[in-house]
Amino acid sequence: MIKRKKKVRFSMLALFLLSAALLAGCHGSRGLDAFSMPEEFDESRELEITFWAKNDTNKTQTDIYERAIADFERLYPNIKVNLRLYTNYGDIYNDVITNIATNTTPNVCITYPDHIATYLTGTNVVVPLDELFADERYGFGGSEVHFDSVGQEEVVSRFLEEGAFDGHYYAIPFMRSTEACYVNKTYVEALGYTLPDVLTWDFIWEVSEAALKTGADGNYLVNGQNVLIPFIYKSTDNMMIQMLYQRNADYSTPEGEILLFNDTTKELLYTIAEHGKSRAFSTFKISSYPANFLNAGQCIFAVDSTAGATWMGTDAPLRDISEDKLVRFETAVLPVPQFDPDVPRMISQGPSVCLFNKEDPQEVLASWLFAQYLLTNDVQIAYAETEGYIPVTLRAQNSAEYTDYLARGGEDHALHYEIKIQAAKLLIDNTDNTFVTPVFNGSASLRDAAGQLIETTVKAVRRGQTVDEAFMEALYADTSSLYRLDQGGASASEKKDLGPLPPTAVILLVSLAVVWVLIILYVVLQAKKTKSY
Amino acid sequence: MKKYVALILAFSLTLALAGCGGKDDAGSDVKSEGVMTHAEYMAAAVDSQVVVETYVQAKQSWWEDKATIYTQDKDGAYFIYEMACSEEDYAKLTPGTKIKVTGYKSEWSGEVEIIDATFEIEDGNYVASALDVTNMLGTDDLISHQNEFVSFKGMTVEDAGNGSAFMYKWDNSGTDGDDLYFNVSYNGQTYTFTVESYLCDNTTDVYAAVKNLQIGDVVDMEGFLYWYEGVNPHITSVTVK
Repeated sequence: MIKRKKKVRFSMLALFLLSAALLAGCHGSRGLDAFSMPEEFDESRELEITFWAKNDTNKTQTDIYERAIADFERLYPNIKVNLRLYTNYGDIYNDVITNIATNTTPNVCITYPDHIATYLTGTNVVVPLDELFADERYGFGGSEVHFDSVGQEEVVSRFLEEGAFDGHYYAIPFMRSTEACYVNKTYVEALGYTLPDVLTWDFIWEVSEAALKTGADGNYLVNGQNVLIPFIYKSTDNMMIQMLYQRNADYSTPEGEILLFNDTTKELLYTIAEHGKSRAFSTFKISSYPANFLNAGQCIFAVDSTAGATWMGTDAPLRDISEDKLVRFETAVLPVPQFDPDVPRMISQGPSVCLFNKEDPQEVLASWLFAQYLLTNDVQIAYAETEGYIPVTLRAQNSAEYTDYLARGGEDHALHYEIKIQAAKLLIDNTDNTFVTPVFNGSASLRDAAGQLIETTVKAVRRGQTVDEAFMEALYADTSSLYRLDQGGASASEKKDLGPLPPTAVILLVSLAVVWVLIILYVVLQAKKTKSY
Repeated sequence: MKKYVALILAFSLTLALAGCGGKDDAGSDVKSEGVMTHAEYMAAAVDSQVVVETYVQAKQSWWEDKATIYTQDKDGAYFIYEMACSEEDYAKLTPGTKIKVTGYKSEWSGEVEIIDATFEIEDGNYVASALDVTNMLGTDDLISHQNEFVSFKGMTVEDAGNGSAFMYKWDNSGTDGDDLYFNVSYNGQTYTFTVESYLCDNTTDVYAAVKNLQIGDVVDMEGFLYWYEGVNPHITSVTVK
């Protein structure tokens, strides 16, 4: 059966407007009191919490969430967990922001740290987790927790730190993935090349250009078809970010200063333009899912998340194209291309979990217990096995069950689908080579802008436009404006110390105070007069 | 005598309905200066700039000053994806409205569409009648009617893959309000049809009708001949026979 994915809408403007609304709504409002840890969890009270989760349009993942909830509710009969499912982070982000204004946020939410940075512009909206982590009774490995809770030291520290910013932990990791390059090794070798252990950008560009040779019939020699896009990148924001990090180039400061629009970025865009123009390179937004082209023998290098591995390869358990379009080839799973193969760098991504603050601290504590439950082996291993994710706890990673799973790659084209397990191993082997970008209010927009630079450049050259300095200048200005990065970027909407009030404002405030004092004085004197009559 | 009167009335009504079959102003459909015919549009290369005059048939969505619409002239259809459009202008895009669209031809998973487009409203009106393409299913002719308003007659509802007649999302992972997927067969071949939730949400008749389908039902349907790695009609009406 053909599986169909839906073109997901891009909603930058809505996010900006909603963010603005959130900020406006929060301005001057007191918000909730900060969460305060209760003495103990009251199990005599019925509590209901909501969990907004994301799945990769994958029924198995949905089933795992439902099973986790059922198991948790058996452990805590006084807690009812309501699940709401989303298939993309953007929709969760939109809905959370909308619900912050009405105090109807979920209790537990799958999210990205970039998004939490926006949520934090509200007052006490997101619960800092430090106190909950450390609580001896209900924290990590807590004595009163009804299940075998993991210790903080058992969570992969690199992943745990990704949820720490502004001096606090605001998220726990749930799953981790990175990107992989899924390669049609058969075609690479047919073109006379040997696949290296670590791909370089130069290698990919060279092979991709070589693949464009056509025969007398107009078909590409390498695949005998009239369609071939040798190199397709799913997430161009990741592409630009990783290229910049691999080059040790600027992107942003941890404080939120925007440094994306620099000369290295421009240099990268010129190279990308060259290969976009020749049609050796395209993107998901322009052409479609890399997996569809790869599996049809119409793509050689397909970069997508390791969490998309079940769609990749001739025997992929999930696919969108019909059987008659499938082409048999050997698939290699390699890290994303590098500038320096000796120092590979790749992005760390994947869902994290945050807790939203509520008036009732018991509700927050119940949420924390459920969030912790998501780190137990039952949930971690089951969910990780649905895609090329890896568990975020060492306990799960080192468990006999998980190591056995990894060792059985290729036994079947379902649970032990080889490409999926290779993708998971890729991240396990490269965990120390991963990085994340700084988190600040506006970092999500900056990420989108990074990808948009590539999308606009590739579209332009495909349409015959000239990519030169004038184009770059306009591209930088337009992109910066579109994503509001020219309005002080992140700092524009951040809380910051504005310094002392200007003298005019001080005079105005003092005058107002004096007027109020005089009014009150007048009212008091009038009242005394009335009494004396 | 009454029989004859009834017959004459019925015949007149049939003729009248046929005459009203949405061909308003479209008989001539002469293109303005600099505007492509549908044939020229089809022949244009992907990524080239295109200018077409066409008529709104249905609106899929408005999203951040971007409208996605199904349009058609008397010669063929044009799917317009995320065209620059204010909310105020979007309200003016009622079925039949003539628009001149300038954008770029694009292809995404087999769906030929116009992207990065702008438009202006022109005088004229045309609502296409549904073209019966049932016999074209499984043939190479079908794709030449891509995005047109079409009908399918006498198809049989099959198991959607979950033991019922439909699924929320393609893998049954969704809930009420998501796209509906259902399988229908004709001449031994099974096809996957969709109720696209942006086009027809869960308050529409077609959404409710598909939720009420039973395996084995024989249905007539209308919708737009959308493409995603093969034919993937966006259904707008379903009638159980």
